Amino acid sequence: MRAVISVIGKDMVGILAKVSVRCAECNANVADVTQTVLQDMFAMVMIAEIGSLNCGFGEFADSLAALGRELGLEIRVMHEDIFNSMHRI
Amino acid sequence: MQNFNDILETIQMIQEENLDIRTITMGISLLDCCDGDIDRSCSRVYDKICRQAEKLVPAGEAIEKKYGIPIINKRISVTPVAMVLAASGGNPVKYALALEKAARSCGVNFIGGYSALVQKGFAAGDEALIRSIPEALTVTDRLCASVNIGSTRAGINMDAVRLIGEVVRRSAELTADRSCIGASKLVVFCNAVEDNPFMAGAFHGPGEPDCALNVGVSGPGVVRAALKKLPPDADLTQVADLIKRTAFKITRMGQLVGAEASERLGIPFGIVDLSLAPTPAVGDSVAHILEEMGLSCCGAHGTTAALALLNDAVKKGGVMASSHVGGLSGAFIPVSEDAGMIDAAAKGCLTIEKLEAMTAVCSVGLDMIVIPGDTPAEVISAIIADEAAIGMVNAKTTAVRVIPAIGREIGEELDFGGLLGHAPVIPVNLASPAGFIHRGGRIPAPLQSLKN
Repeated sequence: MRAVISVIGKDMVGILAKVSVRCAECNANVADVTQTVLQDMFAMVMIAEIGSLNCGFGEFADSLAALGRELGLEIRVMHEDIFNSMHRI
Repeated sequence: MQNFNDILETIQMIQEENLDIRTITMGISLLDCCDGDIDRSCSRVYDKICRQAEKLVPAGEAIEKKYGIPIINKRISVTPVAMVLAASGGNPVKYALALEKAARSCGVNFIGGYSALVQKGFAAGDEALIRSIPEALTVTDRLCASVNIGSTRAGINMDAVRLIGEVVRRSAELTADRSCIGASKLVVFCNAVEDNPFMAGAFHGPGEPDCALNVGVSGPGVVRAALKKLPPDADLTQVADLIKRTAFKITRMGQLVGAEASERLGIPFGIVDLSLAPTPAVGDSVAHILEEMGLSCCGAHGTTAALALLNDAVKKGGVMASSHVGGLSGAFIPVSEDAGMIDAAAKGCLTIEKLEAMTAVCSVGLDMIVIPGDTPAEVISAIIADEAAIGMVNAKTTAVRVIPAIGREIGEELDFGGLLGHAPVIPVNLASPAGFIHRGGRIPAPLQSLKN
């Protein structure tokens, strides 16, 4: 089971690190990261293994959304099945 | 690995283009709740609904969280109450109150099925239920009523049409102090479908299983945003192809959510209704899609053709994306719930006559149209008869949900609030059809060959 974590907002030092730390705290293993910076806007997509989370999926998503609010970023966690079903036949 | 752009596209659809799952609706059969005693029957109805649907709202919220897609409404539809009333007799409003109480206990915002199917005639319970609709919609907030008065195979029951004109007016009169909201929760159908998840016309048909989960998707904003990216000289084949591709993606989302919800709730997955259901929110309008195709204003000549293209492309794109497509499936054109239609009606560009023509090619019918408060019941009946005739002859579902704005005139506005939106009072032709309507009887079912 994997989740897609998307982070969008103004670029700043340490975004990747802070999101990764929060994932580690919940025992989510980061499997892949893609990021791009357009002028000063930052967009990152992270794929994380969530098979052995130490909390519920909802709690994991809420915790990252809260981190986003602290940093002034939009952080969303979505189960990867939504992308599979929308973009693959 | 997921494609970076695919991921961003999905997120953009949800965040900026109002993509959502409009409703997950649990259909519950009440046939095993029938009892000769109405109080016992009502208590069985309440118990069964609460037992089946107690986890509906929490399950919906968990799925929203998991996939990050909003599920706007969680709702319940039940067997047409007239059938349960046939066994028990008594005052039908008792059922209305039982359903309202069940809706509140389960936390759903609407419960549909205060309904009767009378396309060929009244059976026990039918007429009493129809006559009780105005009171039932006044003493409840979440209850929705519907009546099927015609079908391609049965013709049109004009006795029911005459009665319903009065019922629509009365429903508005009794709720005149609440924006006539009673009439906005009453739909009159021809060729009603049994698995529709959308309110106010949802009911759980007698041919349905004991319990089933139906999903209604939405996404006019997504279709419009996709069309906006097309070059202005792209031809209509390209337009149709793009709508199909977009509808496919939207419907896949509905299929995923429906399958997961039915698994969590342990009930069979019924259908995905692949409709474009607008809301009054900016950027969530079907009228704006038509305008994006090149019309200066919804209601202009060309609107019917553009809507026909849209309706067909939505179905073609969606049908492969789901294992079972059903319900009403197509583009809705509810005036008060669509920012573009509200503007067009206020400008006088969108008239009730044009809306009637559009219903020949859209998914349902005359929907959420506010008419002058002094419109006689016979004229409302005649509007219903015209609309039912279009559905009957073309073998499609049509419906009428008009709201007489009691005490208001053309140009004034009625505001329902929330998803029901607001709309200006638009003129109707008041030349009297009373002689025709008072004849009663049935319009015979139409010939199915010699199609010209």
